[in-house]
Amino acid sequence: MSRKTHVTTTVNGDAAEFLTDPHATLLDALRDDLRLTGAKEGCGSGDCGACSVMVDGRLVCACLMLAVEAEGKRIETIEGMAQEGELHPLQTQFLRHAALQCGFCTPGILVAAKALLEANPNPTEVEARFWLAGNLCRCTGYDKIIRAVMDAAADMRQERRAS
Amino acid sequence: MADLNYVAPTTAEAAVKALLAGGGMARVLAGGTDLLVQMRSGRLTPETIVDVKAVAGAQGIRQEAGGFVIGAATSGAVIGEHAALSMAWPGLVEATNLIGSTQVQGRASLAGNLCNASPAADSVPAMIAARAICVVVGPNGTREVAVEAICVGPGKTSLAAGEFILEFRLPARPARSGDAYLRSIPRTEMDIAVVGCGVNLTLDTDGTCAEAHVALGAVAPTALLVEAAGAALVGRKLDQEALDRLDAAARAACRPIDDKRGTVEYRTRIAGVLARRAVAIAWQRAGA
Repeated sequence: MSRKTHVTTTVNGDAAEFLTDPHATLLDALRDDLRLTGAKEGCGSGDCGACSVMVDGRLVCACLMLAVEAEGKRIETIEGMAQEGELHPLQTQFLRHAALQCGFCTPGILVAAKALLEANPNPTEVEARFWLAGNLCRCTGYDKIIRAVMDAAADMRQERRAS
Repeated sequence: MADLNYVAPTTAEAAVKALLAGGGMARVLAGGTDLLVQMRSGRLTPETIVDVKAVAGAQGIRQEAGGFVIGAATSGAVIGEHAALSMAWPGLVEATNLIGSTQVQGRASLAGNLCNASPAADSVPAMIAARAICVVVGPNGTREVAVEAICVGPGKTSLAAGEFILEFRLPARPARSGDAYLRSIPRTEMDIAVVGCGVNLTLDTDGTCAEAHVALGAVAPTALLVEAAGAALVGRKLDQEALDRLDAAARAACRPIDDKRGTVEYRTRIAGVLARRAVAIAWQRAGA
């Protein structure tokens, strides 16, 4: 066995540390060491986006990053999306539109969609579809997902104007 | 599972040392979007991983001597957000941003796209057309290598033991210059080029072509600089005869494989079509 490495990081605003094998991916560490099982392993090759997380403000596939690379990094996962029990506008609209069936892709899509709306608060439908092209869903046919994202974007723009 | 040693040096010298110490079983890690997939599939079983992202100069974009220097491990997302680079080299930036998904763009780098040595890598024809130079660091110091001299076949590079690419240098941009990259894929996104074509040209004050470089991807074991295709444009206006000669030169350079993604005949024909279209875009950008 390889020697374990101690990794110190921040996950959803809280300090987190774990011991990891150099072979392990960030996804392995999140799920198996930190017990944050929201990010899913769909393909393990960066094609499906089910393991989408933010690392230092960038959307990445947690399966395409080694756990040891997380040293000193700021990580955000689906577990940090609802704030103090209050759902994020994207989560609310996903429920309203029933934009999920089996739900396996949903955490990754929510994390990716949140990154989209932070970069571009007023995306066109085409922009939203291209941004989310790396998130596969085998149930919904995407239409309800895109409608939920567009409605959440409108909600968030409204909120911003009101505040 | 075999032992795996991970190191993240902060100097080029330390990275070279770690690569040499690992012998043939060391691999460079930049964004990891190819390396991790190949390790998982068992195609690669490295014993040492040298993460070069913390090496000074490996990340970031700076302007120098009228041109740009791009750290070899800079992510596609960072490249796409750089306004001055996107203004000067829109074709190269667009080609880079075609690699994979938004998630992959958060990590994938130019050096990784090049050194993975796929004939279909999207950024490579654009970099070749741009006449980009790789700054290669190794046990004997630093050497500068043209991008087209790095890949020698699918999955194989000309880099010697202990060598890695630290940065890419793009030449100063004369006035009236434009570049473009187009690829053919059966889908609209998230696919590998069946054919790719990068074009970079500069016009004279009277609108004739002063200099042109054309590169093709996915039509040979490596991306190709097609000198005859560039020469077909030099001294000419954008007329039918120049485009016909360009098309013929692009097709003549093709030595593609025949597979489920494209036949030899299809790839060859499309190479000429993409060359025409990419030249039209680059020309329009140069004139703007």
